[in-house]
Amino acid sequence: MKLVTGKAYVYGNNIDTDQIYPGRYLDLVDPMEIGKHCMEGADASLVKKLSPGDIIVAGRNFGCGSSREHAAISLINAKVSAVVAESFGRIFYRNAINLGLSVLVCSDITKKINNGDILEVNFLEGYVKNKNSGEVIQGEKISDYIRDIIDSGGIKPLFKKITSNQG
Amino acid sequence: MHVLEKILARASGKDKVTTGEIVNAKVDFAEVNDLYLQTIYSFYEMGGNKVWDKDKLCFVFDHYAPTPTIKAAQSHKEMRKFVEEQGLTHHFDINAGVCHQVMPESGVVWPGMILVATDSHTTTHGAFGAFGTGVGATDMATIMISGQLWFRVPEVINIEINGNTQPGVMAKDVILHVLGTLGSDVAVYKAIEFTGTYIDDLGVAERMVICNMAVEMGAKTSYMKPNQKVLDYVHNRSNKEFNLLETDPDFEFAKTYSFEISNLCPQVAMPHNVDNVISIVDVPKVKVDQAFIGTCTGGRIEDIEEATKILKGKKINPTTRLIIIPASNEVFLEAMKLGYVKELVKAGATFSTPGCGPCLGAHEGVLAPGEVCVTASNRNFPGRMGSTEASLYLASPATVAASALTGELVDPRLLLKEDYAYETSNG
Repeated sequence: MKLVTGKAYVYGNNIDTDQIYPGRYLDLVDPMEIGKHCMEGADASLVKKLSPGDIIVAGRNFGCGSSREHAAISLINAKVSAVVAESFGRIFYRNAINLGLSVLVCSDITKKINNGDILEVNFLEGYVKNKNSGEVIQGEKISDYIRDIIDSGGIKPLFKKITSNQG
Repeated sequence: MHVLEKILARASGKDKVTTGEIVNAKVDFAEVNDLYLQTIYSFYEMGGNKVWDKDKLCFVFDHYAPTPTIKAAQSHKEMRKFVEEQGLTHHFDINAGVCHQVMPESGVVWPGMILVATDSHTTTHGAFGAFGTGVGATDMATIMISGQLWFRVPEVINIEINGNTQPGVMAKDVILHVLGTLGSDVAVYKAIEFTGTYIDDLGVAERMVICNMAVEMGAKTSYMKPNQKVLDYVHNRSNKEFNLLETDPDFEFAKTYSFEISNLCPQVAMPHNVDNVISIVDVPKVKVDQAFIGTCTGGRIEDIEEATKILKGKKINPTTRLIIIPASNEVFLEAMKLGYVKELVKAGATFSTPGCGPCLGAHEGVLAPGEVCVTASNRNFPGRMGSTEASLYLASPATVAASALTGELVDPRLLLKEDYAYETSNG
């Protein structure tokens, strides 16, 4: 999840978790099934177009609304490699970090990326390179605490270490 | 320090915390709702065996109460098994209600606590002076193992609300107005304290409405200084002893926004965003197919009472459905005792099981393409209540009830006047 390259799909502000993963599918538990409905409320055609590694670019407040972890699970299982947004809903951001989905805060990103541009995203260094324009856009660097979670491969491996030491 | 900072400091064993610092804080109570079977899977995946404290964790079956699909039934089944195996002290099955109503009712919420739930509307508990916040399944599983969660100490912004509302204007209108003015991302990663003369003497139900919608501004948590009404409510339901914390006099808010609401009209959030708010007087003619009163935002006894005032002795418009879902069984029983259920059913309302109902599009009144619903719930995102081609208008329970009567979005103040004789289309 540290350095990824893919095609950008650009969306606007306030893409909430109901749009990322509609409520009518909340009873699904199989991650692959959950992945089939990724972004269905915002763009029902996206799943068919996505190639592994593609990147979602969005405006402010991506992932606002419901706490459903299905939103992050659906993006991961639809093979989205990163989400770059101007800001994120807080619970979505935590869920994404916990599960190992790269989420990068980058102000004004929607003004600098066109739909279909090829991007390189360096999550740890916090920048996006637009391979079409050559422009490098610096985003926010992650905190040390989040870095620890990422270096462990997500919160689950981190906790496994703790529980196995206790056991 | 602010009270919320003092709560985090206490829970993380520190004398002092500062904005931006990351702390590991002990959680005083945690709740999992029935969308989150994943929580149990993550718990075992991470090596969990026994939950950290069987008295401090509960499951509430509210989003799928009772179950609409076989998959949801399977989730409930696996969760019940977990609850039994772990010997959890508290359990709220399909006969309880919405988590944010049943937890305070059952006495597990108190001022100064940290409450974490797998539900974004956990900000509701700021109404009781608690630090309430929502998380996803995996964060919750880490709490179930360790009893702790990491928090970034948030900036605190102050939303000061002064004045008194006019008759027919409810707390929902006040918070919609605030939300419409400040926008749905004003408080992302931040905490909100609500202050001002309107808040000081406000009732428990109204406080819950305002804190509930704080998350629609992106807030991590919300806070109101407990007043006597809150303390009486908590003391009547809980034996918990707590010290009331105070914000230090030298604390400075990151920002203060002030509102005066004495002349506020009823408000409506138009499709398809929570901050797309205008006054009812500016709303164009909108035909309503479904009207919904219920949820953690608008399903309390005060809300059902307001609807009864408007609908008693009348009939709803024959082309409009009115769904009413009490927020809990306690609310349902109270509404029966007071005669509200009878009046509303006679007026044409459809009652359903206490729980979240159609709010999140799971069951009990989802919408077809092209349909319009005016709702006392909290979100009007595309597809929230069913079809992405349906339209949701957020409003107060009074506005919802009035709109059910007339069949179109209407100012409830017109119908609350005693001499008002509304002629329905069926005479």
